[in-house]
Amino acid sequence: MSETSPILDPTGRAEAVSQAITGGRSLWDDARARLFRNRAAVISMWVLGVLVLIAAIGPLVWVHDYRTITDLRTIAPTWDGMHPLGTDLQGRDLLARLMIGLRISLTVGIVATAVSLVIGVTWGATAGYLGGRADNLMMRIVDVLYALPFIFFVILLLTVFERNIILIFAAIGAIEWLTMARIVRGQTLAIKGKEFIEAARAAGVSRKDIILRHILPNVIGPVAVYVTLTIPVVILAESFLSFLGLGVNEPLTSLGVLIADGADRMEEKPWMLIAPAATMAVTLLCLNFIGDGLRDALDPKDR
Amino acid sequence: MSTLQRAFSRIPWAYTARRLLIAIPTMLAIITMAFLMMRAAPGGPFDGERKLPAATEAAIAAKFGFDKPLHEQYFNYLGGVVQGDFGPSYKTLGKSVNQLIGDGLPISLTIGSLAMLLGITLGTLLGVYAGLKQNSSADYGVMGVAMFGISIPTFVTGPVLILIFSLGLGIFAVGGLGTYPNIGMTPHNMTLPVVTLALPQIAIISRLMRASIIETMRSNHIRTARSKGLSERQVIARHALPAAMLPLVSYAGPAMARVMTGSVVIEKVFGLPGLGSYFVDGALNRDYTLVMGAIIVYAALIVLLNLVADILYAVLDPKVKYD
Repeated sequence: MSETSPILDPTGRAEAVSQAITGGRSLWDDARARLFRNRAAVISMWVLGVLVLIAAIGPLVWVHDYRTITDLRTIAPTWDGMHPLGTDLQGRDLLARLMIGLRISLTVGIVATAVSLVIGVTWGATAGYLGGRADNLMMRIVDVLYALPFIFFVILLLTVFERNIILIFAAIGAIEWLTMARIVRGQTLAIKGKEFIEAARAAGVSRKDIILRHILPNVIGPVAVYVTLTIPVVILAESFLSFLGLGVNEPLTSLGVLIADGADRMEEKPWMLIAPAATMAVTLLCLNFIGDGLRDALDPKDR
Repeated sequence: MSTLQRAFSRIPWAYTARRLLIAIPTMLAIITMAFLMMRAAPGGPFDGERKLPAATEAAIAAKFGFDKPLHEQYFNYLGGVVQGDFGPSYKTLGKSVNQLIGDGLPISLTIGSLAMLLGITLGTLLGVYAGLKQNSSADYGVMGVAMFGISIPTFVTGPVLILIFSLGLGIFAVGGLGTYPNIGMTPHNMTLPVVTLALPQIAIISRLMRASIIETMRSNHIRTARSKGLSERQVIARHALPAAMLPLVSYAGPAMARVMTGSVVIEKVFGLPGLGSYFVDGALNRDYTLVMGAIIVYAALIVLLNLVADILYAVLDPKVKYD
């Protein structure tokens, strides 16, 4: 294998082809290499990793509990009494609350996305695989649901029933599965008719192996990209509900709740807005950069 | 044939009629779902701290029709909605839901349509610029800013803009629609809400347009246009732009829904008495008739705008055939 210079081969594609021919790298290795060449995506992965660690471990080791009222006043950030981000209106340590809020927001993002993934992939793959009349009916249903202002129904749902976090997970997940179903269905349909599937069938490969080894790997790419890009959308949806006062209940909190509280007092107590808003922005930026990087890595035609 | 006549002849009438027919069961499903959810609620809008005297309760039930069987209430409500009557508000006494919606809707529509206009104009300009200069520092700059635009929620940008432009520089109003007797929508109090709502749209549309123009510039008809000897400016303006705008048209339907949802937050942040504010207050106060009325109006708007976007798409893209 010869070293190709980056000038002659700026996208690395020629190198990839030559190595694919010699059996050096699989398509996945190639995609991974492209992803790790994307500086924004790599930095985002590190930052996000740190944020996840903070959300997971931070509340366990930090000196203050997010429920404990440590000071009767709302104090600005100070190291006296270990309040590097200050305290909130009830005098609870803001860093402790921020870490719990981040944990809740990330959990909502992951769980609700998982809900949408399960519904969307099942629905889309079934429609695409069955085809014909069933496909037509199933996708019509998706079309009709697409037209509904779902977020308003979520608000109604949260108004009517007792608010709990499970309901928020399920409700948001139930909105986001529609696009997932469309992507998976389109992809399944497109791949089902490809020559390599026909070739596999002609070679006597079993239906199970065709689905597992040939169809699924081709569906995973777009789905992975969409999943990464759905997590920030879900986090936004949750914070949107929290901002309107319909999110998680006290003393639990989320980034949206903290931002809403902070926005109310931003003139005299700006620290209450700055820290949660910055955390939110950084988290969403990281997720979006990773999603974009993943998309470019798996489908490099736009670069 | 004039352009207008040609466009008119391309409207897929059968498709439009069928879509309108589908819209009826869609709206019916929305109304039914909202009605059932509302009735499944534990506790009603008139439950207070103290138990009301039985006679008062009976009077309230009779006034709002709670004493009738459920299906009768449903058909009464449905009959009202069909005639454009959403009933009395449960909480704002003496006002009908129609009056409240009539007060709020113009404000929401103004913010929403201005934000959309701003989003499309700036988003298209920035996206096309970035796409034509693909992989240049200008491209990276625009796309980097766009990334911030889609990542930072409006309830963060809103307060920050207020902090800078209203409290700091004093250029715009902090919120609200002015003080009596000068209440109304003016540039002074509408600029910040519109800009805040438009920011994510500018970001999304510029990303969309960038990808679209890059793809279009590689297509065959652009190569043909170039080989005819047209100048690059003509190639872009006459051949690339119209084709690249198509994804934007199909995005416009869902975008309007997004903008309207976003407007709920914007109205809260800026204290504007729009439909979104009424909706959220209604939801928090269990003013069920108001919430349902708002949902139905939102849903009708979204269904209608989606339809308009789809028809527009058919008119603009000669390749599209709806059977």
